[in-house]
Amino acid sequence: MMASSYNAKEEDGHHSGSASHGGAAVVKSKKPDNTAFKQQRLPAWQPILTAGTVLPAFFVIGLIFIPIGIGLYVTSNNIKEFEIDYTGVDMNSACYSCAKNFSWNSTTSCLCTVDFTLEQPFESNVFMYYGLSNFYQNHRRYVKSRDDSQLNGDMSALTNPSKECEPYRMSEGLPIAPCGAIANSLFNDTLKLYYLEANGTRNEIPLVKKGIAWWTDKHVKFRNPGGNANLTAVFQGNLTATSKPVNWRNPVYELDQDPENNGFINEDFIVWMRTAALPTFRKLYRIIQKKSSTMPTLPSGKYVLDITYNYPVLSFDGRKRMILSTISWMGGKNPFLGIAYITVGSICFFLGVVLLIIHHKYDTRSTGADIPN
Amino acid sequence: MTRESRDTEITKAAGAGATAAVRGRKKRKNKENKTRTVRANTLLNDHPNPHYANNKIKTTKYTLLSFLPKNLFEQFHRFANVYFVFIALLNFVPVVNAFQPELALAPVVFILSVTAIKDLWEDYRRHRSDTEINHMDCLVYSSMERRYVEKYWKEVQVGDFIRLRCNEILPADVLLLSSSDPDRLCHIETATLDGETNLKQRQVVRSFLDLDCEFDPFKYHSVIECEKPNNDLNRFRGYIVHRSGRRDVLCKENLLLRGCTIRNTEEAVGIVIYAGHETKAMLNNNGPRYKRSKLERQMNVDVFWCVIILLVICSFAAVGHGLWMFQYGDKRPVFDVLSPQGTNLSPIMSAIYLFLTLIIVFQVLIPISLFVSIEIVKICQVYLIHQDMDLYDEETDSHLQCRALNITEDLGQMQYIFSDKTGTLTENKMVFRRCTVAGVEYSHDANARRLAMYQEMDSEEEECMSHGGTLPRRESVTSHQSARVVLRSQSTKSHRRTGSRAEAKRASILSKHTAFSSPMEKDITPDPQLLYKVNECSSQMDFMRFHSQPMSQLSSDLSDIIDFFIALTICNTVVVSSPNQPRHKVRMRFELKSPVKTIEDFIKRFTPSRLTSGSNSSSSSSLITNRSSNKGCSSLLSSPSAESTLTKLHEEQSSHLEPTFSPVPPCYDGKASWNLEEGELRYEAESPDEAALVYAARAYKCSLVGRLPDQVTVELPHLGKLSFELLHTLGFDSTRKRMSVVVKHPLTDQITVYTKGADSVIMDLLKPLDTGKRQKKIICRTQNYLNLYAADGLRTLCIAKKILSKEEYACWLQCHLEAETAIQGREELLFQSALRLETNLQLLGATGVEDRLQDGVPETVAALRRAGLQIWVLTGDKQETAVNIAYACKLLDPEEEMLTLNADSQVSHVSLVCKSLGLSKKKQINSSSSLSSHNTSPFLVHRLGLVIDGRTLAYALDKTLEDKFLEVARSCRSVLCCRSTPLQKSMVVKLVRNKLKVMTLAIGDGANDVSMIQVADVGVGISGQEGMQAVMASDFALPRFRYLQKLLLVHGHWCYSRLANMILYFFYKNAMFVALLFWYQFYCGFSGSAMIDQWYLIFFNLMFSAFPQLVTGTLDKDVSAETLQRLPQLYVNGQNSEEYKPYMFWMNMIDAFYQSLVCFFIPYFAYADSDVDLFTWGTPITTLALFTILLHLGIETKTWTWMNWLSIIFSITLFFTVALCYNASCPTCFSPSNPYWTMQRQLQEPLFYLLCLITPVTALLPRYMPFRVLTRIILQHRGLRGVRASATGVQNVDIYNSQRAKFSEVKLKLGFFCLCSSFTLNNIGTNSHRGGVGTHTHTHAHTDSVHIRARAWRLE
Repeated sequence: MMASSYNAKEEDGHHSGSASHGGAAVVKSKKPDNTAFKQQRLPAWQPILTAGTVLPAFFVIGLIFIPIGIGLYVTSNNIKEFEIDYTGVDMNSACYSCAKNFSWNSTTSCLCTVDFTLEQPFESNVFMYYGLSNFYQNHRRYVKSRDDSQLNGDMSALTNPSKECEPYRMSEGLPIAPCGAIANSLFNDTLKLYYLEANGTRNEIPLVKKGIAWWTDKHVKFRNPGGNANLTAVFQGNLTATSKPVNWRNPVYELDQDPENNGFINEDFIVWMRTAALPTFRKLYRIIQKKSSTMPTLPSGKYVLDITYNYPVLSFDGRKRMILSTISWMGGKNPFLGIAYITVGSICFFLGVVLLIIHHKYDTRSTGADIPN
Repeated sequence: MTRESRDTEITKAAGAGATAAVRGRKKRKNKENKTRTVRANTLLNDHPNPHYANNKIKTTKYTLLSFLPKNLFEQFHRFANVYFVFIALLNFVPVVNAFQPELALAPVVFILSVTAIKDLWEDYRRHRSDTEINHMDCLVYSSMERRYVEKYWKEVQVGDFIRLRCNEILPADVLLLSSSDPDRLCHIETATLDGETNLKQRQVVRSFLDLDCEFDPFKYHSVIECEKPNNDLNRFRGYIVHRSGRRDVLCKENLLLRGCTIRNTEEAVGIVIYAGHETKAMLNNNGPRYKRSKLERQMNVDVFWCVIILLVICSFAAVGHGLWMFQYGDKRPVFDVLSPQGTNLSPIMSAIYLFLTLIIVFQVLIPISLFVSIEIVKICQVYLIHQDMDLYDEETDSHLQCRALNITEDLGQMQYIFSDKTGTLTENKMVFRRCTVAGVEYSHDANARRLAMYQEMDSEEEECMSHGGTLPRRESVTSHQSARVVLRSQSTKSHRRTGSRAEAKRASILSKHTAFSSPMEKDITPDPQLLYKVNECSSQMDFMRFHSQPMSQLSSDLSDIIDFFIALTICNTVVVSSPNQPRHKVRMRFELKSPVKTIEDFIKRFTPSRLTSGSNSSSSSSLITNRSSNKGCSSLLSSPSAESTLTKLHEEQSSHLEPTFSPVPPCYDGKASWNLEEGELRYEAESPDEAALVYAARAYKCSLVGRLPDQVTVELPHLGKLSFELLHTLGFDSTRKRMSVVVKHPLTDQITVYTKGADSVIMDLLKPLDTGKRQKKIICRTQNYLNLYAADGLRTLCIAKKILSKEEYACWLQCHLEAETAIQGREELLFQSALRLETNLQLLGATGVEDRLQDGVPETVAALRRAGLQIWVLTGDKQETAVNIAYACKLLDPEEEMLTLNADSQVSHVSLVCKSLGLSKKKQINSSSSLSSHNTSPFLVHRLGLVIDGRTLAYALDKTLEDKFLEVARSCRSVLCCRSTPLQKSMVVKLVRNKLKVMTLAIGDGANDVSMIQVADVGVGISGQEGMQAVMASDFALPRFRYLQKLLLVHGHWCYSRLANMILYFFYKNAMFVALLFWYQFYCGFSGSAMIDQWYLIFFNLMFSAFPQLVTGTLDKDVSAETLQRLPQLYVNGQNSEEYKPYMFWMNMIDAFYQSLVCFFIPYFAYADSDVDLFTWGTPITTLALFTILLHLGIETKTWTWMNWLSIIFSITLFFTVALCYNASCPTCFSPSNPYWTMQRQLQEPLFYLLCLITPVTALLPRYMPFRVLTRIILQHRGLRGVRASATGVQNVDIYNSQRAKFSEVKLKLGFFCLCSSFTLNNIGTNSHRGGVGTHTHTHAHTDSVHIRARAWRLE
């Protein structure tokens, strides 16, 4: 792709030890060594950007990128995705009243139901996400406001959480478990999905709540203090008495019935604790597994989403969404990368063509002008 | 004319820092204003000189306790360090902290501790060598034991008596009181102080001259009053007050300086005057010089811009954060966490806190590693320059020394070169060529032929002869010892200086053989005619003496000849030594006589009843006994030589006895035996001219055989050895430009003054013209011959004499003695006294001495010229000589016009300058209209040479005229300043440097160049034959002038382009990285959050991306050495700072801006609205940034060696290894990012690889885009045509390919002709087409690897 010229200079046959003068004084000669490095004659490759070397490079980039881009674009387009906003900003939306009345101080949950229709069936495993917008989980102080040792089951950190958790460190004289702002703002809406059969009966779709967190998080990073058994005793013990985060309804040991998914190793909790990179994000909520090879996981048709509306977002102009999506080898639906590859590839190709024309034109001209002698 | 004296220059060599070197000196209120009183320590029981520093030296900077605070204090003098520590400390403030505070300290602590360890090591080495020096032994008189006992140097006190033995090193500045030498002399070698290898004579204090028995400290009761300690090696003033109340003057001849070595003297005793840090040697130590290079100055401006950018983006983000918070009003969202105290911060307060936080987050914008990296790269560059074989001189076994480590890149930006002539352009091997005596020219044709033969001889061969001859070596112990002390005393602070050890070694090597004594200089073929005359003359004289005829009967022509040779022989300061007894002066004493120092002495000596008065030695008034006359009688009777055969001329002379025949008849040795010895006599001269003349005289059998302070012995044919009583030596100085000796002629018994000096001065001092026709004729003829010599490029000297009557002499002596004894303004008085003596001279003749050009000087000058360098030659030589040398070395072109400025007065100078200004302007217009309508190239237009002499230069340097002078000088292609004093040299350099704002380089070899070397931006010393002073003062020391070509054109260019590119790259790199974080602020509510893990943030610069740029900065070659030498025009690149223009900084900033946008937004959109978490998203961004930055460097790297590959592979491997280890090490430790298993997961994601492919390509697309191709279109539109070079010819020549040159297409402004001629010269591009205007060498896409692009100035 680039013209290269090896600049290796043969070592000239200089004797490195200069003849000492007349046998007198065997002073060690200060003559520098004749090595390629010291004489700065290391063999070197000199990439020279000339039209002749640049042009092929452009074409090669173009030819590689465009197919990749097309592949990515097609893959992304094959992904089925359905998204529904249930924040309840609109007067007409089902959760309007919930959204309007609800605040962190509310003691009772508000229930609302959203109907939707899937035009196309979802064939493979479906991932159910909740999405939040305008939620700055990446705020500097928010990101820091956690105690990893506590979440790792460290007893001393349980009773004496890190300073980073301030001001969500202590509540009513007791240490908060789990402490910090991230835990405190745990997303606590519950979503239930029903398939509305033609006859009107609701058919609950089983949502798998395990396996949504990183394996390493679930098994290495997050641990319950004193093992998974008898969490109540640990979090309520005399010496290790803790308080629930101020925004939580239930203490941490009542997050789930399943002891393998309770306490700090509750997967919803773990997913939440992995702070999102951008203010608009989604987090994996449940997985709908494909049951049989013949039936689509989610056939097209009408669905009902039951929402226990616990999480207020309107105060900061946030939005809540429920997303159903299949995934491919490259993740969720995102046509950007495909388009980017195609664009960059095309630009390179185009540039290559333009330069080729210019080069060719110039070349003939200069040849005509310069050869007369 | 000898070299300008060193006297005044050493003062300047001792820099301002000298006083700082004085440590621990007790400050004492001194009411005796500026004098120091020293009493002997034996005198009183309590210590009489308690307040003076003792001899213990301590050059260490730190003690164990003070190391940490002091070192830190020093390091914090660097603004950058303060800044980084401030940032690191800011992290400890909870409200603003961005990183884990301990982690944020890491880089600063790392850098500070590296420097601290380096300093500690250096200080330890200083301490060790201090201890070694302090524990050297010397003999000190103990008043308790009444004998000399061994003591350590550090125990020596002021006022102690010290006994010194041969080859011992002086522990302190000692006043010489006694010497075992019968002449009461002591020889010292001062090579360690000033690098001069000849021996210096020191005299016992006059009042102690005549102690026959051993000096007894207990009998010493005098008090010495002298100056306060100062750093002037050549000045010592004071007087000694004896008990009797008598005062005797002390001068520098009485003082032995610390660090010198005693030679040829078995034993000497002295009293310590200055000790320890107050010795002159120590006061002369100045530490390494710190210069800031032009590039660094430019860089600092851009660092300042970085600070501004930092402040702007921080303010911007702070305002953004304030607004972001403001939009939520009172409803505080859950993610906006309260402060730790639970208080709700107002948006304004948060904005202020955030501002500080962001300064921490964005701190890398001001690159902490830049300063460290630059130092590392410079050290590597210096190492490589040192290692260059082409800069190694086999003859002297020396190579280039970089003494200033931090200005290598300045070498690539020089615009003006100020060069000394003698010893720099020329070899400083003076060879006697021809002479004229009494108006008759002796052309010395055989001598010229001999020289021509040498010219052809290989220089190496010649050196072998001088080495391999009979020259013996000093005892190894001695050289060993001296080497060690050189190391110390040259500069006790000099350990940091790289060169000091090498210098010491070199100095000791040099001292092994006498300077200025190559066979070429020694063997002179006499002119047969002159030789005959000399013979004739001396035989006549012999005859006359034998028959006691008055010498005045000799024909004036012949007497002139003999006087001429006597003057050549004795009018100098050459010391004779015999090689068999190294450095033992040849003792040829016929009579002992002290120089006339008192009036009584004078009367005594010049009265006829001398013998009788001399015998009563104990004269009442003084301690002086006329020892000389005592012993004089013993040698009175001596027989004339048997060999004094009578010639036919004898008969012509009437023989009658002269009653006042010299009471000091010369002694004859057996001539045969003497002849054997003669060949082995060695002359140690301070300047090569002196040596050349003495050797020349020897060729005429008129040889100097011995020199003592009071007499000179000369052997003449037929006459044998004659002893001239040396009454005074008026040494050479650059203002008088002459030296004189006052002797009593042994044959005529007349008091004769022989003067030798520059023709311009001597001619003015001659007897008025009306004195005699003959003299008039001689002057006229001599002047003609002088012009002829000068036209041949010879250095000319005039020899004159004057005979004083006793009355005249007595009169002058009176004044002279007054001057000598004066304490205030003695130099001035002595100068006046010398002026009084040197009048009404009688011209004897003139000599022409050739100074050969060094090898390769014309080529080097031509190459430097073509490189666009203005070369000025500043010389002390006379105008004609200088002009001819200038022609010889191609500095002046016979085709170009020469402007000569010689003015006698200021007024005439003004008019002259104005006239020449007009002329040069006219010239310029003419030339420019004929060549180009709008010329941009300065070096093709002016075809004028300017020659200015010293006197005119003095007017020109006047404040009112300097601008005009510069204007004239600028319009000339070359400037030659003749007859300039050292001070003028430095003033010229300063003027050009300050007024024209150009980079100046001064190159010289002698002490007279020191001031010039120090003033210039880069000072280069030639480590030639003139001692080490120029080298000591220089930044770079070269063995030969011709090496300047490679040093500047190749190494200078490389260093400059490497560093310039590296600095720009650094700015780019940091800006690009910081911008990534900045873009993120828009997506995190301007909260100062970072998606990049803080470990990556902190170590990115320090580790991951550090090595490749160091390798590139050290090894990259934009153009190969061969091409750079072949096309010196490429040097213009650095002169115009083409690699680093102010706009390039901004271009790089924009590029960084663009690249960071790409690196941020491609991952942003790729992960938009996904479940990616903060640091999982940050990991690919870091990786991408690293790839982009490394690939960017790859594009900027012009030559890829295996080291480049290795460093890049290493960087990438290091990043992934560190990331994988870090992400696997601890699940809970690295709050808040806690990146456990992040990288591992990323590596499993195809998306990660897809991002890694597209992002760098997109980011680097604009940089990779061949601007060349685009600009080609522009150039075509402008009608510039290309020159097509034959592909076969250019195959292997990697001529400049300028499309690499960033955004500046126009790299070289070279004249088309230059390029074309270089092509034809080098046999490339044989069918290169002279298309006209710009040059644009294009080679075919397949076959050529080479492209030249140069927009030259255009002809139409």
